Amino acid sequence: MKEIQPIADDHQPSGFFAKYVWSLDHKVIAIQYSVTAIFVGLIALVLSALMRLQLGFPDHFSFIDPSSYLQYVTMHGIIMVIYLLTALLLGGFGNYLIPLMIGARDMVFPYLNMLSFWTYLVSVIVLIASFFVTGGPTGAGWTLYPPQAILQGTPGADNGILLMLLSLAIFIIAFTMGGLNYVTTILQARTRGMTLMRMPLTLWGIFIATILGLLAFPALLVSAIMMLFDKLLGTSFFMPAILSLGENLDYTGGSPILFQHLFWFFGHPEVYIVALPAFGMVSDVIATHARKNIFGYRMMVWAIVAIGGLSFVVWAHHMYVSGMNPYFGFFFATTTLIIAVPTALKVYNWLLTLWRGNIHFTVPMFFAIGFIFTFTHGGLTGLFLGNVVVDLPLSDTFFVVAHFHMVMGVSPIMVLFAAIYHWFPLVTGRMLHTGLGKLHFWVTFLGTYAIYLPMHYLGFLGVPRRYFALGDTAFIPDSTQTLNAGITVAALIVGVGQLIFIFNLIWSLRRGKVAVANPWQATSLEWQTPQCPPVHGNWGDNVPVVYRWAYDYSVPGHKTDFTPQNKTDAESLLPDKGGL
Amino acid sequence: MNINRQLLSKPWLSDDADITDSYNQTQCLRVVQTQSTKTALVFFLMVVTVVFFLISITFLSRSQYPDFTALAGPPWLPFSNPITLWVNSAFLLLASIVIRFAATSKASNESVANTRMVLALCLTGLFSCLFLIGQLLVWQQLTASGFAVNGNPANSYFYLFTGIHGLHLAGGFIALIRVVISFVKHADNERLSANLGLCVWYWHYLFIVWMLLFALLTATPATYKTIALLCGF
Repeated sequence: MKEIQPIADDHQPSGFFAKYVWSLDHKVIAIQYSVTAIFVGLIALVLSALMRLQLGFPDHFSFIDPSSYLQYVTMHGIIMVIYLLTALLLGGFGNYLIPLMIGARDMVFPYLNMLSFWTYLVSVIVLIASFFVTGGPTGAGWTLYPPQAILQGTPGADNGILLMLLSLAIFIIAFTMGGLNYVTTILQARTRGMTLMRMPLTLWGIFIATILGLLAFPALLVSAIMMLFDKLLGTSFFMPAILSLGENLDYTGGSPILFQHLFWFFGHPEVYIVALPAFGMVSDVIATHARKNIFGYRMMVWAIVAIGGLSFVVWAHHMYVSGMNPYFGFFFATTTLIIAVPTALKVYNWLLTLWRGNIHFTVPMFFAIGFIFTFTHGGLTGLFLGNVVVDLPLSDTFFVVAHFHMVMGVSPIMVLFAAIYHWFPLVTGRMLHTGLGKLHFWVTFLGTYAIYLPMHYLGFLGVPRRYFALGDTAFIPDSTQTLNAGITVAALIVGVGQLIFIFNLIWSLRRGKVAVANPWQATSLEWQTPQCPPVHGNWGDNVPVVYRWAYDYSVPGHKTDFTPQNKTDAESLLPDKGGL
Repeated sequence: MNINRQLLSKPWLSDDADITDSYNQTQCLRVVQTQSTKTALVFFLMVVTVVFFLISITFLSRSQYPDFTALAGPPWLPFSNPITLWVNSAFLLLASIVIRFAATSKASNESVANTRMVLALCLTGLFSCLFLIGQLLVWQQLTASGFAVNGNPANSYFYLFTGIHGLHLAGGFIALIRVVISFVKHADNERLSANLGLCVWYWHYLFIVWMLLFALLTATPATYKTIALLCGF
């Protein structure tokens, strides 16, 4: 048979820089993406701690003023959603796992892949630069709504917002380069026998999420460009005729609502750009650690596709209070509730996979089960907010903050941790410390509940989000302050708890137990490389041939409780079942 | 194998194994690379289409606001007689035709084929440059006659649309230059013609986008109103 995979030898690295800096190898690029994303994520974590300090103990910290508070809110949100989650899930895990899981030697466009990372790094540098310019970063909220985002009075209205929009535009270019690579690699570089329906669900999640990203990020790009026009050239795409600080501005007749539509046309699919890879990865972690095939594989695939499709027709549920036509609200509430159907199917299927499985309580499994809790919780509150009449009183309260943090903050992070604990041995050749991992899990899982469960009650009481201080607000009882202080303490504990994870990462990298090949006895291809961790080119002389799907766990009549995808029936069946 | 059959297969059944056998074993590296570039281009064009589609939607929505004055209609408006835009369109059409000629022309003699190819690629570049220069001249004329970017939203959209379209055409030059370089270096013919084929797609695509933008930007207020009504704005 002829070689059917792009051969990676043409970019065989030599020397430190070629190997670790200007690398074309998808695994190195994945690590570069991941390290950068985790680094900015830590900045965003610190910002959230600063916010919580202000909310929990107002008037105690002189360095936090209303402007800086809004800047923390904005930068925390945008970094976490875009520069951490999107980059880590697709740039990090996508890059690492796609070629390995489909049996390829690398991405189909390695150079473009490298360019994607360096462009992403530039976007991060531009973003961080906004902390150091006059006026600081923008404080417009992560949604960057005009007109206030670019008007005087909002923190960072001069330079911060420009750098933010520029950084977003650069990020989108980086994502498009990476995304084209992921989609093309999955479609064109699968090894022999790896049909679409034999792909692990991780790949389905990444594949559909990337398509969503390719189609949704242009909306953010367009809104960023048009807002830059409004700010720099004085156009009135989004800017209405407005009186600002006693001065009549030159803008006329633009529509801020138009920006909201554009933003949420990106913003809602973004939730699934983050969630779908997480859905996929958690499915694989659950199946592997429960030693059982994933329940309803095809249903899971179609649910991912359906969620991806539906995510483009629900965006205006973020805008119920914008004064939209009630029929519009009815339409978007309906589509929003419909999306709960495939999502609930997935949750049931995870549970049914666990049901009577041979559950191994490993650290990845802890996080995966934790995810099912947090995701169900966040999903259920989504049903509240998806209904227009329930949303109206809850809009812009802490209920919303609690909801989206549960569903797209904590849940994907739980999966990310599960994934890191699961795939760390593959990447580094060493195991993460189990005891520290379990401690990390309990601090994170219980801690996040201690943060976000009470936050729902704050929302019920009408405590508004994004307020620096509540002041004398008659309808809010004094006890909310006690609750806020408690939440802050929990948040600080969770924040500090992440140091356990960072320590575990660094310590295990050098001193962790050396991993045997395929330590979790998984079936998918990434664990079947000749060397663990895989070396440049991944597969040695011959790329693997795939004979089965990725979920042959505990199959009766097979020699072991897992049958890798590249094993033939003759190699895997017991002798009396027709094996050798 | 047929994608529908793949998606409807039951991967957990052992008789699913025939899929393995039906895999096209004749695939080789070059085919994979050519297919990949094609797939990537299709997705890239989808991304670009979304960009133009979304701006067009906002344009149609914005066109129904009271302060919007279309650039065509009464004779004193710049695009009531958009002759300059027609000339520019002709340049882009010529570029699109010539690049197609470069990709499809067959000659019995290699030196004739080479000469034709060089000529066609140079002409593609030339006509595309003329289009871009023409668009810049239109910008200049518009600004000189008081239709600045920060004036009426119709002006702003004209600059935005044509700017983004022009940038995409300019980006296409990178691919075209790569084709020229590989031609000069006598790279293998199959690869060359595959890459040139992708450039042809791209140029055709940009021509079609431009014609749609042209129609949109030079329509009358009544047309905008009709389309906006159909879209529910």
